[in-house]
Amino acid sequence: MSRLLVCPPDYFGIEYEINPWMRRSNAVNSEQAVCQWHHLMRVLEREVGAVLERMKPVPGLPDLVFTANAGIVVGGKAVPSRFRYAERRKEEAYFEDWFRGQGYDVVTLDPGRFFEGAGDLLGFPDTWFGGYRQRSDIRVFPTLSEWFTREIIPLELVDNRFYHLDTCLCPLSGGELLYFPPAFDHYGQAALAERIAPSRRLVVPEAEALRFACNAVCVGKHVVLPVGCPETESLLTSRGYLPHPVPLDEFMKSGGSAKCLTLALD
Amino acid sequence: MMQDQEAVVLQGHIIDSLILAKVLDTILMMGGTFDIQDMQIGKTREESSRARIIVRASSAKLLSEILHAIQPHGASVESERDCRLSVAPADGIFPDEFYATTHLSTQVRVRDQWVEVEGIEMDLGVRVDRVRLTARTVPMGEVKKGDLIVTGREGVRVIPLQRPRDRDVFSFMESQVSAERPHGHIIGDIAKRLVQLRAGFREGKAGSKVLLAGGPAIVHAGGREALTWLIDEEFIHVLFCGNALPAHDMEVDLYGTSLGYGHAAGRVVPHGHEHHLRTINRIRAIGSIEAAVRSGVVKTGIMAACVKRGAHVVMAGTIRDDGPLPGVITDSVKAQAAMRAAIPGIGLALLVASTLHAVATGNLLPATIPSVCVDVNPAVPTKLADRGSFQAVGLVMDAASFLRELARELGWKP
Repeated sequence: MSRLLVCPPDYFGIEYEINPWMRRSNAVNSEQAVCQWHHLMRVLEREVGAVLERMKPVPGLPDLVFTANAGIVVGGKAVPSRFRYAERRKEEAYFEDWFRGQGYDVVTLDPGRFFEGAGDLLGFPDTWFGGYRQRSDIRVFPTLSEWFTREIIPLELVDNRFYHLDTCLCPLSGGELLYFPPAFDHYGQAALAERIAPSRRLVVPEAEALRFACNAVCVGKHVVLPVGCPETESLLTSRGYLPHPVPLDEFMKSGGSAKCLTLALD
Repeated sequence: MMQDQEAVVLQGHIIDSLILAKVLDTILMMGGTFDIQDMQIGKTREESSRARIIVRASSAKLLSEILHAIQPHGASVESERDCRLSVAPADGIFPDEFYATTHLSTQVRVRDQWVEVEGIEMDLGVRVDRVRLTARTVPMGEVKKGDLIVTGREGVRVIPLQRPRDRDVFSFMESQVSAERPHGHIIGDIAKRLVQLRAGFREGKAGSKVLLAGGPAIVHAGGREALTWLIDEEFIHVLFCGNALPAHDMEVDLYGTSLGYGHAAGRVVPHGHEHHLRTINRIRAIGSIEAAVRSGVVKTGIMAACVKRGAHVVMAGTIRDDGPLPGVITDSVKAQAAMRAAIPGIGLALLVASTLHAVATGNLLPATIPSVCVDVNPAVPTKLADRGSFQAVGLVMDAASFLRELARELGWKP
């Protein structure tokens, strides 16, 4: 059974611009955002069978809704994020408090080393991938690798539209990888090719990558992804997955989609 | 050429992720070079790896650009602090915990800058001038009260020897010393170097002088003519020896014997054992070796060639010396200083048939100067080769055979 941390979008909006998607002029339709969020929650709970843990939203923290960036949680241990941008740094304390309140063993990174949680650290059970350069600092990965005793392959993110690893790479439960190769340099692409057989690499077309097709939540054979990604859906279907397209346009204005709105717990 | 360099550390899963490859490629693509100094590879998939990389560039600006480019990939510059300096408490005494030098090029960090230590030699201290931003080695005996001396190891970096570009015997690790190895190609390579160095010497190029430190066995064993020829032909420019080498060399000229043995006949000459004493006495009466040569008393041989060619000779005495000859320095601290003063400008050192002078000279030489140690006793070249330099070649052979073969290789016709 999958447990996911989510945070209702009561205060979600675009109040600053810290990625190429965010435009303050492109205002969020709050009513629509709330509606889309609840729809996503219904799909996750009813169709996917996930258990949701809801955090209390905080006024003035519009991006608290993107819980993927709370930190990383594995084996009862939680490492809260250290955000690169001051705008999101205020979230750190809330996420950390929540982890402590849940009884996790909270381990904290040195201040000044940026790490944006599950947004930049995801993978298969024994191999994880760490996105760096845009947000997280590559130097956090050796530390996290030691804390979690996992191999972490750092991958440089070379396109600022894909500023978190979870915007361009999504490991699936069967060992396949849904990803958008041009978001990585040739070293990163070669490292992924070395790890994952060609038949297991599902390449998302650019138009769908830009619609956040890779920002998907995979629970067992269910994959929840934003609507408007038919090629990705058929790739998934061909491998036996069950796609659940969900409208999430309001959150995409902020540079996030299904995966960004959840954090896998254990 | 002095290159700017910085040590960086890269760790994590840097191999499978190709991060190490990316960092190294970046360094090369930007025009720098690197040495991986230390590499620990994780033993399991989970265990991370660690590499310590020395990044080099032709200018400080390029180095800084390279460091800037590789830093986001996790290559972080090792923490840097100024070296610690302590005041010498009295003349001739280093402060406690003084940094003892090696024979490798060394830099110390002073006021946030890496400063090259001048006069590299092993087993000395380092004196720093914080105002002029200079650093120089200083022997224990020469330190003055109040001198600022480097203490501890912080802010000190030793530059490993670069493998020489020439593809000859000096460019391989030659620490193995054996009498069973063929000598021909080694002597051939030394001859080639001597030809290059002589050309440089004649053009006045720095670092083109050849030093020979030798013992009297050169004369006894029959290497005198070959060495004389090598000096005459300007292949050797500096001679380190004791009292005996010049005494027996001039004995041959004056009496036709060395240590009483008829030089040509090869047998003991009646009262021959007195000849070297009479030689020393004669030179003492004249006042100097130079005067003896210039006045025509000593006409041939090693010392005559040195005087005629203006070779720089340092004669360092020992407690068993007879006489000694005028010019022999009997204060060993002063002798060491005179030898040290003759080292700058040396491009090759030949240490032949003298344990004492070979070891003394070896200790004075920076590792960057190639050296050849020739002795019939394998212990001597082994001791010299153990200084840990690729450029120390050991030959277990008789001094005369070595010098004759070398001279023949260079065109000597006995």
